[in-house]
Amino acid sequence: MVPLQNYLILGAILFSLSVVGIVLNRNNIIILLMAIELMLLSVNMNFVAFSFFLGDPAGQIFVFFVLTVAAAEAAIGLAILVVLFRNTRSIDVDDIQTLKG
Amino acid sequence: MVTFEPVDLFIALPEIVLLVLGCLVLTADLFVSQKARYITARLTKFSLLLIGLVILLHQSDSIRYAFSDMYVADPISDFLKLLSCGSVLAMLIYAKNYIEVRAIYTGEFFTLTLFTLLGMMIMISANHFLILYLGLELLSLSLYSMVALSRGALVSSEAAVKYFILGALASGFLLYGMSMIYGATGSLLLPEVASRLSTNPEGINLALFGLVFVVAGIAFKVGAVPFHMWVPDVYQGAPTAITLLIGTAPKFATYAFIFRLLVEGMGEGRMLLEWKQMLLLLGVLSIGFGNFVAIAQTNIKRMLAYSTIAHMGFLLLGFASGIKMGIAASMFYAVTYVLSALGAFGMILFMSRRGFEADELKDFKGLSRASPWYAFIMLLLMFSMAGIPPTVGFWAKLSILQVIVEAGHIGIASFAVIMSLIGAFYYLRIIKLMFFDAVETGKPLDEQNGSGILLGINGLAMLGLGFLPGVLLSFCERIISFSI
Repeated sequence: MVPLQNYLILGAILFSLSVVGIVLNRNNIIILLMAIELMLLSVNMNFVAFSFFLGDPAGQIFVFFVLTVAAAEAAIGLAILVVLFRNTRSIDVDDIQTLKG
Repeated sequence: MVTFEPVDLFIALPEIVLLVLGCLVLTADLFVSQKARYITARLTKFSLLLIGLVILLHQSDSIRYAFSDMYVADPISDFLKLLSCGSVLAMLIYAKNYIEVRAIYTGEFFTLTLFTLLGMMIMISANHFLILYLGLELLSLSLYSMVALSRGALVSSEAAVKYFILGALASGFLLYGMSMIYGATGSLLLPEVASRLSTNPEGINLALFGLVFVVAGIAFKVGAVPFHMWVPDVYQGAPTAITLLIGTAPKFATYAFIFRLLVEGMGEGRMLLEWKQMLLLLGVLSIGFGNFVAIAQTNIKRMLAYSTIAHMGFLLLGFASGIKMGIAASMFYAVTYVLSALGAFGMILFMSRRGFEADELKDFKGLSRASPWYAFIMLLLMFSMAGIPPTVGFWAKLSILQVIVEAGHIGIASFAVIMSLIGAFYYLRIIKLMFFDAVETGKPLDEQNGSGILLGINGLAMLGLGFLPGVLLSFCERIISFSI
């Protein structure tokens, strides 16, 4: 059987990838949304692994809720992105810098 | 084992009533034309009054659990829910004229406001990681879309994107931390987590690892330095009515969030020791950074955003003292801060009209000549934020400093005092602009604006509570002692 550590390491790698994707991304906002999804999925990986090894189903139920919320979040994120695109005609991260001070 | 009893529904009555009314307003709005939008507005205000009444009738001094202990109703939650409900109602009254002349006078505004409140109330009553998370997401998702509500404005949509991305990042951090704590304890119920952390210490390292992420997530949501990047942009970019909403009622929910997660869930032993240190650091950085950067601002919404960062630092310091008195002092501070923020943003809304936002500092020049009374109200609000006696802000800062000294951090207390002194500069600058400068922009104040009476009461409350600070503080202490 695959030990718990391996799942946790995979979760940590996915989580770090998504944080790096958010912080270093200089291209466009869609990639940011993808990184956010990846982050939630890495958390789900942790929850499922812990839930399995602890023999406690609560963690897996948590995952269902996280998935649902992630879907709602993606919907709102894309809606906001469309509003932004209508105003700026661009989805570049570098173009959203009017607010400063 | 999951059990369900009909009495659970009664314990969660305020949330259930709010959900029903929220759906009702959403549906009713479909049948209302743009001209008759005031019906939706009145229905929303009526709903809020009704919720307030339900909470009042429903409160008691005991702690009640429902839905297999996932939901808790205690004196703290009753008090915070009532306050959130009241500040959302005040927001609607202040914002009436502002939204009416702008493109955001829509059904979404009112429905989302009610759902924001529902999210806050769920957070306040959560006793389980999942419920905390769902309440937080309901609050955040509603707020993201409200920031973007004025669709044609570039700054609003930009603020919404920033708020969304950083908010989602914060949720990710929080969830990652929760998953680690779940792994270390094997439970998602907060009291269960607390008892397992104290009885079997072998999972402590995993739990500590999770704690770091949880505190980072909380710091994002609170807007504490170094996780404050979104605060100024969102405060400035959002329509002022929405800024008012973001800047006031959610602070109570955040307070409850820290209380449930850190104090009730991990309030013992090694965990307490560690998060005390983290909150102390976040608090000190926020007070220092917020007060310094606020000086350089010319936009009053942005300035108030940095001042919020500093105020949240004080709130965290109260928790960081780790004593019961400190938690009560934090609550007192939250109530005081929200009252003065309501007034300050209410004043901006009061001065704004069609095509004039009144969000630059220079718009306040010579206000005392246009209206001495409202200039005086603004003076009281600024005094309270700066912490100048006899306003209540002074007592709030004093009670935080007291518990910090009591916890043995005299150096940090003196740092906070010096930073508040520096911070007083930018509050007093507004008073100087209002009383000693000549009018530069804008027209004289439009006294027809309906929220003047509430604004007057709001300002005088700062003074009134300042004369009787013991009442509110001892009330907070009483509630905390009932709930722990």
